[in-house]
Amino acid sequence: MITLFDFLALSGALFAIGLAGVFLNRKNVILLLMCVELLLLAANFNFIAFARFLNDISGQVFVFFILTVAAAEASIGLAIVVVLFRNRSSINVDDIDSLKH
Amino acid sequence: MSAFLPMLLVAIVLAPLTAAIIVGCGMRFIPRRAAHVLTILAVALSTALSAWVLWQMVFAGMGSYDINLYDWGSIGNIQFNIGFMIDRLSVLMMTVVSFVSLMVHIYTIGYMAEDPGYKRFFSYISLFTFSMLILVMANNFLLLFIGWELVGLVSYLLIGFWYTRPTAIRAGLKAFIVNRVGDFGFILGIALVLAYSGSLDYSQVFAHASALAGQHLELFSGLVWSVPTVICILLFVGAVGKSAQVPLHVWLPDSMEGPTPISALIHAATMVTAGIFMVARLSPLFELSDTALSMVMIVGAITALFLGLVGIVQNDIKRVIAYSTISQLGYMATALGASAYAAGIFHLMTHAFFKALLFLGSGSVIMAMHHDQDMRNMGGLRKYMPITYFTFLAGSLALIAFPGFAGFFSKDTIIDAVHDSQRTGAVFAYWCVLLGTFVTGLYTFRCVFMTFHGKERFVVEHDAGHDGRKELAPGHLPHAPRESPWVVTVPLILLGIASVVIGWLTIQPLLYGDFFGTSIYVAPGHHVMQKLAEEFHGAGAMMVASVTTPTLWLALAGLGVAWFFYVFKPAWPAVLARWFRPLYLLLLHKFYFDEAYALFVEAGSRALGRMLWIGGDGAVIDGVLVDGSARAVGWFSRILRRGQTGYLYHYAFVMIIGLCVLLGWLLLR
Repeated sequence: MITLFDFLALSGALFAIGLAGVFLNRKNVILLLMCVELLLLAANFNFIAFARFLNDISGQVFVFFILTVAAAEASIGLAIVVVLFRNRSSINVDDIDSLKH
Repeated sequence: MSAFLPMLLVAIVLAPLTAAIIVGCGMRFIPRRAAHVLTILAVALSTALSAWVLWQMVFAGMGSYDINLYDWGSIGNIQFNIGFMIDRLSVLMMTVVSFVSLMVHIYTIGYMAEDPGYKRFFSYISLFTFSMLILVMANNFLLLFIGWELVGLVSYLLIGFWYTRPTAIRAGLKAFIVNRVGDFGFILGIALVLAYSGSLDYSQVFAHASALAGQHLELFSGLVWSVPTVICILLFVGAVGKSAQVPLHVWLPDSMEGPTPISALIHAATMVTAGIFMVARLSPLFELSDTALSMVMIVGAITALFLGLVGIVQNDIKRVIAYSTISQLGYMATALGASAYAAGIFHLMTHAFFKALLFLGSGSVIMAMHHDQDMRNMGGLRKYMPITYFTFLAGSLALIAFPGFAGFFSKDTIIDAVHDSQRTGAVFAYWCVLLGTFVTGLYTFRCVFMTFHGKERFVVEHDAGHDGRKELAPGHLPHAPRESPWVVTVPLILLGIASVVIGWLTIQPLLYGDFFGTSIYVAPGHHVMQKLAEEFHGAGAMMVASVTTPTLWLALAGLGVAWFFYVFKPAWPAVLARWFRPLYLLLLHKFYFDEAYALFVEAGSRALGRMLWIGGDGAVIDGVLVDGSARAVGWFSRILRRGQTGYLYHYAFVMIIGLCVLLGWLLLR
């Protein structure tokens, strides 16, 4: 029998992987975007698990919305990456420190 | 009568102030003529009203008058009022002040005719008249102090009137700073009066004066003094500064940098007598302390004799008269110290007339000499300027106390009063003032002879231009000296008449006729004037009796010595100066007071200033507070800056940490 805990553990693991990707990744901005998606998926996973176990459909409705928004966000993110690459001819994370200035 | 008297008093005070404000603020818009017409009218109004009040008091039996006009404020139980005390003492001062001021106003038209600061000058002297009237009319210590400081301010402004001359600026500063020393004592005295009697009003302080007598206060541990003594000595310190007594006299000779009308009005006739007036006004307090009165007498006597000696070696005509002023102020202080307040005020009044006359006369000479003040370049002016000569001679005879002239009655009374006084130091003071008459005769007639008699030591260059078209060396004139215009000679003549007759006319009522009534208080047992009154048999008898007193012969001896050295054998003074070189140098350097102050006080305050500048302002305020706070911010932000890497993942990490902390806190609290 799969319990709520198993779902939450999986979601936590996904979240942790996403976080680790965000923090540890020093090379690729695209990897960064993927990790952010992973974080979102972990959150979505939580919504679905709770919707299933609480018998409340609204959680699943939320996931649809989030996925839609995430798709839009990902496309914008990828577009930014393309522009970034055109401007700086690099997508190396360590090179992008212009927030400092 | 009493209904409109307050308005009248306010008019006396405010008329000169209004004129000063109009002329001072509207300097650019009004013509020169309006400047002097306005101020002269205002001061003439004050003079007329003061004289009218004096007349009412003397002949119409008007009583003294003490009124609070305006409630300025209060702290706790202490009231600050603006009010006037009009009694015979203050009304006499008001009349003298406004009259001399009026004369000086008229004289200024001639003296300052070519000066670019003409209107500013009239504004200042009117302001001075207002301040001095406030000082003498005040009915409380606060208003007295306001007047006291106002006259000091105007004195500073007028000494530095020619503000492009460095010497004038220094002289103005010196006067101001030396007076601060005196005022420090003065304000401490006022504070003690307030602390012990709980009021600033003369009437209340005087009413409780006897309660002060028994009290003592501990100055330092173990040093217990009686309260009236401390109060009176502190108040007298103020008088020492204002009235140029030893050792705070150093500012008065330097104040001669100001225009001559100012020397006559402020630094001879009125402002410098404020200290004398103050002591007389506060006689109920001073009478409580024999110690303080002794001190007043001794300081006055030292001033009278020794500063007169300095006058003998000065060559600047105005400085001679300035030292004579200091010396005469010493006489007044000596009289106060002997409890002969009436004699002191009497001398103050006669001195105001003849000293204003001498200064205005010297100003007339200075104009004729094209603003050269060195007596070594004068001589023989008698035949060029007869009016100036005769009026100056009248003033000089009054100054040396020649029988019949104003100074004779007042100065002889002072000497007799000091002679009769039983107070500590009276013997010393008596010899000082007695020998002072010889010194007075000597320096006064040295000045007269060097200026008006003897050989002409100036050179007339007829081809030289006037009005500075060609710079002339001192002692070289573009034309022969001329008598001054009528605006100069009329005040001279009026003051000359006053100098001759005022003593004769007023000695009987002023000194022996109970003129001052209750306005001057003399404690029982201090009645030197009563004793003199028994010996007084009229002004004529006093003149006849003077032949047998040493004062007259000493003064005449001084005159004779002056004639011998400066008319008969004019080469001898230089020889004498060589023989007695140390003594001559001592006098020429005015007993080295200035040098001593420069060495001790000035150097000390400069060192203190330098220390505060470099150590206090430079190191603490600039270094620690201003630069230090900037450095602290810089240091702190250098550390904080390390946190700002610009890497997204650092920021995200911090956000997560923050989130975790927040969640943890929410869960665990």
